[in-house]
Amino acid sequence: MDIFNPAFWIFIAILAGIYTILSLGLYVQFSLAGLPNFGHVAFMAVASYTMAILVVRYSVSLPVASALGVAAAIGLGLVMGIPSLRLRADYLAIATVAGGEIVRYLAMNFPEFTGGPLGSIGLQGPGQIASYNAEWQSLLDRIAAALSAIVGAAATRDLAMAMLVWSVAVLLLFLFWQLERSPWGRVLKAIREDETAVTAVGKNVFAFKLQALVLGAALGAVAGLLLAWQIGVFSPDDYQPTLTFYAYLILILGGMNRLWAIPVGAVAFSLLYSGTRFLNFFPLSLIDSGSRAFLRLFLVGLLLVLFMALRPQGMLGNRRELLLEK
Amino acid sequence: MMQQLAQLTLNGLITGTILALTGVGASLVFGIQRVPNFAHGEYLTFAAYAGLLLNLAFGQNLVVATIGAMCATALLAVGIHFCLLRPLRGRGLVAMSLITVGLALMLRDVVFIVAGPQVREFGIDQTAVFDLGLVRISPGQAVAIAITIVITPAVALFLSRTPAGKAMRAVADNRDLAAISGIDVDRIGAYVWLLAGALAALGGVMFAVVQGIFDPNLGFQVLFLIFTAVVLGGIGSAYGALAAGIVLGLAMELSTWSGFAGGLDARFKPVLAFAALILLLLYRPQGLFGKARVL
Repeated sequence: MDIFNPAFWIFIAILAGIYTILSLGLYVQFSLAGLPNFGHVAFMAVASYTMAILVVRYSVSLPVASALGVAAAIGLGLVMGIPSLRLRADYLAIATVAGGEIVRYLAMNFPEFTGGPLGSIGLQGPGQIASYNAEWQSLLDRIAAALSAIVGAAATRDLAMAMLVWSVAVLLLFLFWQLERSPWGRVLKAIREDETAVTAVGKNVFAFKLQALVLGAALGAVAGLLLAWQIGVFSPDDYQPTLTFYAYLILILGGMNRLWAIPVGAVAFSLLYSGTRFLNFFPLSLIDSGSRAFLRLFLVGLLLVLFMALRPQGMLGNRRELLLEK
Repeated sequence: MMQQLAQLTLNGLITGTILALTGVGASLVFGIQRVPNFAHGEYLTFAAYAGLLLNLAFGQNLVVATIGAMCATALLAVGIHFCLLRPLRGRGLVAMSLITVGLALMLRDVVFIVAGPQVREFGIDQTAVFDLGLVRISPGQAVAIAITIVITPAVALFLSRTPAGKAMRAVADNRDLAAISGIDVDRIGAYVWLLAGALAALGGVMFAVVQGIFDPNLGFQVLFLIFTAVVLGGIGSAYGALAAGIVLGLAMELSTWSGFAGGLDARFKPVLAFAALILLLLYRPQGLFGKARVL
C-alpha cells in the first residue's frame, strides 16, 4: 500500500475516529476532572468482551449486546471508581493501571469464558471459529450500497465505516463541548484546580468525579466496540496498557486542555502509527519490517517524553489551564 | 505434599529476593523523586540483555556477566536521572509519571529492536538438576540462592550501618529534614540511582536465570509486583521493601500449595498480586507496618 492509495487514508480516518472517541473519554476524566486514569483500556476490553460473548454464546442481537457492553464498562467504572477516587493522583495512576491489567489477565486466563489467549475467535471453544460482527458487516454493506449511488465504485465497507465512526465522533465531540461549557463542566474544572475550594462551596466532589469517570468509561466502551467491529477478531493482547498511553499521547499532541484539538492529535497519532511503514529509507531500512513495529512504539515513547518535557501544552494547547504543573 | 511445600517455599524465597532487591531501589527512588518510576522494570530488562551479551558474545561466566550488567545498568539509571528526570523535577505527578511511561516504552523497544523479540537464555545448562532430597533446584536457582544469602544481608547492612546508606534512607524519608541536617541531597540522589540501577540489574539477571527463558517483556511483567512490594513495605522505606518483597514472593508461591484449601490456580498468581496492590493502596498506602502520615 503506498501513500497515495485512498484505502490508506480511509484506514487512517477510521483509526483516527476511534482514537478520537477513546481520547475524548480520557479528556473528560483527566483534562476536565484531573483524574489520571492509566487503565482506560480496561473499559474497551470489558465492553468488547461483553458484546462478543453475548452475541456468540447467547445469540443476543448486536444492538442489545452493544448496549450491555457499554453498561458493563460503566459498571467497571463504578467498581473501580467508588473505592479509588479518594486516592492521591500517583496512587490512582498505579491502582488504575493495575486494575486494567487484572482485566487483561482474567481475559487471558478464563479460556472457558473468554476464549483465552486466542481471543474472540475461540469463544465457541477450540476448533470452532466464532464471529460476532456479521450484523455489523451487513449494516456497513447497506450503507455502502446507499453510498454507491453518490460516489460510485469508491463506496466500500471501509468508507462506510469511516463515515459512521466520524459521525459518532463529531456528535460526541459536540455533546461534550456543550457539557464542558455547562455548569457541570465548570465544576469539574474547579475540582481539577482546587478540590477543597469546591467542597467548601457545597459541591459533592466525589459525585462529580465519579460522573466524569463513568462518562469517560462509556466513551471508552464506544471506542472499544467500534475497534472490535473494525478489526473483526480481538484477543487480550489487543488491550495492553500501551493503548491507554496512546490516548494520553493524543491528548498531549493536540493540546491537553482543548477539546477540539483531540481530533487533530488523533489524526497526527494515526499517521505516525501507520506511517512508520513508509520509513523504509536508509538508514532505517537497515531495521527489518518486523522490528519497525517496535520502532513505532519507540517513537510513541519518545514523543511522550519530548512533549512532556518541552511542550506540555501540546501543539494547540492552552498553557494557562495546565494541570500538569501541579 | 510436604515436598511441594518445601519446593514452593524455596521458589517463594527466590522470587521474594528478586522483588526485595529491586523493591529497595524502587522504594528509595520513589521516596526521593516522589514519582512512581514506570521505567523501573525496563532496568531489569536492560540488565538481563547486558548480562546476556557479556555471557554469550564475550564468553564471560555468569558472575562476571552479572557484575558487568550491574555496572551498565547503574550507569544507565544515573544517566537517565541526570539527563531527564532531574532537570524535569517539579513537573507534577502526572507529567512525571507519563515521562517515565514514555521512557519505559523507549527502553523496552530499543531492546526489542536490537535484540529481537525471540526468547533468549543464558549459556547455562538448564536441564541439570541438583537433588537435595526434599527439594530439587536448577543451576539458575542455585545462583539465585547464593545471591539471596550473600547480597540481601549485605544490602541491609549497607543501609543500616554505613553513612551513605543512612543518608539515603534519610533523604527518602524526608528530603527537607535531610537537607537541613547537612546531607548533600543531590549527591545522595545520584547514589540512590546508582544503587537502584545495580540492584535492579541483579534482580533482572536473577529473574532471567531463574525463569530460564526470557524476552524483552521481562521487566514489564514484574514491574507491578515490584510496586506491590514497595507499597506493602511503605513507600520510601528500604527495610520495608526488603521484608515486603520476601513476604510477597512467599505468599504468591505458597498460595498455590495444595495443602492450602486445594491451592490457588497458578495462573491467577499475577491477579492475586495486582489485587493486593490495589487493596493496599486503598486501605494502607503507608504500608503494612508504617504509621499513617501525609505522604
